[in-house]
Amino acid sequence: MTLIRLLAILAVLVLGLQPALADRIADADLLPRVAALGTGGFDAAEKAIADLAATADDRVPAILDRLGEGELMVRKADGAVFFADKAGKDFRLTNPVTGADAGLAPKATVEKVKVNNRIRRAIASAVGALTLMSPDPAVRRAAAEAVMKSADASVIPVLDRAIGQETVDDIRAAMLAARATALLASDAPETDKVASIAAIADLGSRDALGFLSGYASVDGAVGDAARKAVAAIESRLMLWDAGQNLWYGLSLGSVLLLAAIGLAITFGVMGVINMAHGEMVMLGAYATFTVQEAIRTYWPGLFDYSLLIALPAAFLTAALAGILIERSVIRWLYGRPLETLLATWGVSLILQQAVRSLYGANNREVGNPSWMSGSFALGDIQVTWTRLWIILFALAVFLALIAVLKRTRLGLEMRAVTQNRQMAAAVGIRTPLVDALTFGLGSGIAGLAGVALSQIDNVSPNLGRGYIIDSFMVVVFGGVGNLWGTLVGAMTLGVANKLLEPYAGAVLGKIILLLAIILFIQKRPRGLFALKGRAVET
Amino acid sequence: MITSFLVNSLDRRGRIVVMLLVALAVLIPAGNLLVPEGNPLHVSTYQLTLCGKYLTYALLALSVDLVWGYCGILSLGHGAFFALGGYAMGMYLMRQIGPRGVYADPVLPDFMVFLNWKELPWFWQGFDMAWYAFLMVALVPGVLAFLFGWLSFRSRVTGVYLSIITQALTYALLLAFFRNDMGFGGNNGLTDFKDILGFPIQAPGTRAALFSASALMLALGFVVASAVVRSKLGKVLVAIRDAESRTRFIGYRVEHYKLFVWTLSAVMAGIAGALYVPQVGIINPSEFDPAASIEAVIWVAVGGRGTLVGPLIGAVAVNFGKTWFTGVLPEVWLYALGALFVVVTLFLPRGIVGLWYTVAARRPKSAKETDEPIQNAGEAA
Repeated sequence: MTLIRLLAILAVLVLGLQPALADRIADADLLPRVAALGTGGFDAAEKAIADLAATADDRVPAILDRLGEGELMVRKADGAVFFADKAGKDFRLTNPVTGADAGLAPKATVEKVKVNNRIRRAIASAVGALTLMSPDPAVRRAAAEAVMKSADASVIPVLDRAIGQETVDDIRAAMLAARATALLASDAPETDKVASIAAIADLGSRDALGFLSGYASVDGAVGDAARKAVAAIESRLMLWDAGQNLWYGLSLGSVLLLAAIGLAITFGVMGVINMAHGEMVMLGAYATFTVQEAIRTYWPGLFDYSLLIALPAAFLTAALAGILIERSVIRWLYGRPLETLLATWGVSLILQQAVRSLYGANNREVGNPSWMSGSFALGDIQVTWTRLWIILFALAVFLALIAVLKRTRLGLEMRAVTQNRQMAAAVGIRTPLVDALTFGLGSGIAGLAGVALSQIDNVSPNLGRGYIIDSFMVVVFGGVGNLWGTLVGAMTLGVANKLLEPYAGAVLGKIILLLAIILFIQKRPRGLFALKGRAVET
Repeated sequence: MITSFLVNSLDRRGRIVVMLLVALAVLIPAGNLLVPEGNPLHVSTYQLTLCGKYLTYALLALSVDLVWGYCGILSLGHGAFFALGGYAMGMYLMRQIGPRGVYADPVLPDFMVFLNWKELPWFWQGFDMAWYAFLMVALVPGVLAFLFGWLSFRSRVTGVYLSIITQALTYALLLAFFRNDMGFGGNNGLTDFKDILGFPIQAPGTRAALFSASALMLALGFVVASAVVRSKLGKVLVAIRDAESRTRFIGYRVEHYKLFVWTLSAVMAGIAGALYVPQVGIINPSEFDPAASIEAVIWVAVGGRGTLVGPLIGAVAVNFGKTWFTGVLPEVWLYALGALFVVVTLFLPRGIVGLWYTVAARRPKSAKETDEPIQNAGEAA
């Protein structure tokens, strides 16, 4: 595919997708200008091309492209110009402006519009002008990138004109780099080429790196400059990679935060080892699935809001399950953490099997609402909307929880019961009710985590199992009984995990992290932010 | 002399248990090899292997009980020691295959040939020798437990925190052994064993011998555990369980006692794993699953922690239940197991043995027994 064709297709695609931006003149005005291509000699054709380009009509690049490919034909009978596709021995003619079928024509009745090098240059210049000098910046940018990829020296004069006119700085940079790539491919003097390499290196993208590494093995000044440029770009890209990994780390950290934050309440504040915590997350995810299925069936129009509707449902499902567990099992075991651990493990087995009986053992599909799908680029960092929303959601849940603990009556009573149960009871706080509500709150938050995790993980009965050890690690690492510790712990572990991954691989990175936490706990048995004072001894 | 010391360390019930195990070691293989098929006393090879498996589980449960029931250390990672012992045995059995593997490589096990490895990694060296492999069965879990315990007990990581990091340890090992690069067969583990000590591993005689070895090793483990808990050291362990700080203030080096019993227990678990592998014919990373370790804890809880008989009863009873349920009503098993966890912790904190004591105490003649299950759950540190 030649460069002109590439640009032409690009123009058609971009302009065609954006009809609002496309400038079209009337068919009746365009048709005679196209017909002018075939009427006279090369001089007339050149003039006709310039005339066509001046219309800035979005159909022109395709017409010029066909002309360059020798697929534009004149019907001898009336001198009309058509697109001609070979159909057996005959040609199928199509009106170049309207696209209407003009029937079959035997070979003898048509004549190709002749093209020589001068005309080809005129075509390249015209197409280049239409795309590289298009009023739409997106078209200009895409055209510059297309030129850069193809590195065709014939386009340099057009590029020079486009660069002269360009007003947007980074598009001009892209055009300069495109000109430099074209120059490198030509037989220009070495000094020009070295300058070109510098121009490309300024771009700093992965494309530039790929292009320049092709010249890194060349001898002489060009090779030296290329090698230097490659090294510079690589170190720059490494920074971006680190940034990307940091982003992944924050994203993983937010998932860990969501999973662990409920545990920070039940384990950290109440001292209950809830091994069924992961199953609360799983219940939340299944609640999301159920709500979404109901919406799909009865109110498909609300699908985009299904996750929002699922939030209270998931919270309530998990919170009720939590309160039920607290009232039936855990309240008999306060002060015996190891027994609680075993009993809640049993509860987790029962819940898993119950969900497996109800929903089946297979993964369930929870859909992405439209506002959560897709991604955007931040520099060289790819940011998916799902991950961004989950980070924001995790922080929102975290802050809401802090607010509940610090600003509400329930939070006050919770902290009172945690700090001194007997005293709290003596001043009239109903400690059993507070216990149940605290446990319900922790479980409900796990349910909220389930809504978020349903977007990035498989919704299966084993969903919770995968998070329970990580959650405990986060809470213990951050310091039991300290919500801010949980936040710092989750983010630290998430980022550390993702920064280790490129060097050690996913699994080994995780193993290293687990061992690091085991060693860390030896050093600080109470975690990063340990509670001080009398509560520590209990 | 050591033998007489060990035997003297048993109480009346202990002697009965050991005699029972020795009798099992003789009678069950006899029932398999000597009694003809069709006779009601005949024991099929399937039943023999199954019982052998239960006995190795009982040894694992005994090792968990030694640290949990007597020293208050709830390990959620004993499966790791069990599996490490199993892997050491598995490596020996792999090397015994020799050139009979699918790829017929005289030295490299099949999975290494498959992964295009050229030579045996250093940690596989020596596993062709039985004595070395059997040493490693005890040494690898022992050294790991020693290092882990030395770090943890010295920095006074106790209670729930210790439970959680033991779980993290076995989880880390689970992930590690899943990796193909580790050189332990990855996901598939080690299997297709042919010989043990020169005897074909599938032969009825070998299976009977493995069963006897399991029963005798369990008896030995029982005697050792009994000697430990009935010695002065055992009393200190119970003191640590019930009031760790107080024991420390009296002047005992608590971490030394804990480290000793922790390492001993890991070695026992490793031996149990080593006996388990040739009987089931495979070892793979799922043995490191934290869920497997917690299951071992529930065997002890069901049987009665803080007694030596309890874990044996619990391991056999729960696993018999598991075999029966998964055969007849597979979907009910997890409900039953989950309910077992809840019911035992809520209503039977002293397990089956404790229940038996309660019943026995109601009868007029209540003999004072020495192997009394723990009264107090021992959380008061």
